Amino acid sequence: MMKIALFSAILLVLFGGLMYIAADLPFGSPPVSDMDDYFIRNGQEQTGANNIVTSIVFDFRGFDTLGEATVLFTAVLGVGMMFRKMKEGEEYEND
Amino acid sequence: MKMTKIVRTTADVFYPFCLVFGLYVVIHGHLTPGGGFQGGAVMATGAALLIVAHAYEDITGRIRKTAMKILEAIGLLTFLFAGLSGILFHRPFMANWMAQTGKLFGNTVAHGPNPGDLNTAGLLPLLNVGVGIEVLGGLTVILLYMLSGIKEEKKP
Repeated sequence: MMKIALFSAILLVLFGGLMYIAADLPFGSPPVSDMDDYFIRNGQEQTGANNIVTSIVFDFRGFDTLGEATVLFTAVLGVGMMFRKMKEGEEYEND
Repeated sequence: MKMTKIVRTTADVFYPFCLVFGLYVVIHGHLTPGGGFQGGAVMATGAALLIVAHAYEDITGRIRKTAMKILEAIGLLTFLFAGLSGILFHRPFMANWMAQTGKLFGNTVAHGPNPGDLNTAGLLPLLNVGVGIEVLGGLTVILLYMLSGIKEEKKP
């Protein structure tokens, strides 16, 4: 009972501190917005895509998306290696 | 691990709708919210529905592991070669050389809100389709690998 009360108090204090810090953050009005304004103003004309998110993800930052696709490919490779079929009589080596 | 007949029939009826909706999200990636990753995940959900509803042994004939591996490789290669294709026209890697040219995927777009045209955005639909195919293949292969380890216990 004592432990639960202590845990709840710590959690409450942490949550209050987080809210106190978050209240000072400038939501919706970034201090430096030059790049965002550039994307919103020129994205549609330069890429021809109505969806600005897609025009950023696949065009302005296409190289980053290539890396993301490679990460997925590598993850599938790793899963395939882990779940491979064992040969007859093959054992794992336990050192 | 076979589910009841109600679940199996429902899965059989609903998985084409999952695939069609995922394809819609992928193809309209440059117009509406979503894109290759999201649409591919929706399509993989259709495959997951089938795999969960039927037993793994019954599903291997309908969803083949080799085919999904090939799909995944084709998706990544599509992305890579679409990015490299700009080099033929003396443009850098990943340059959007098809946009605003008036040819395939090259209709001009007015600035500001407009109803949207599927035949725009140049390279982006190609890249979206590549990523969509890759995510479909990759997630389905992961699911198949993980569920292949589950075996039904024999009743004594």
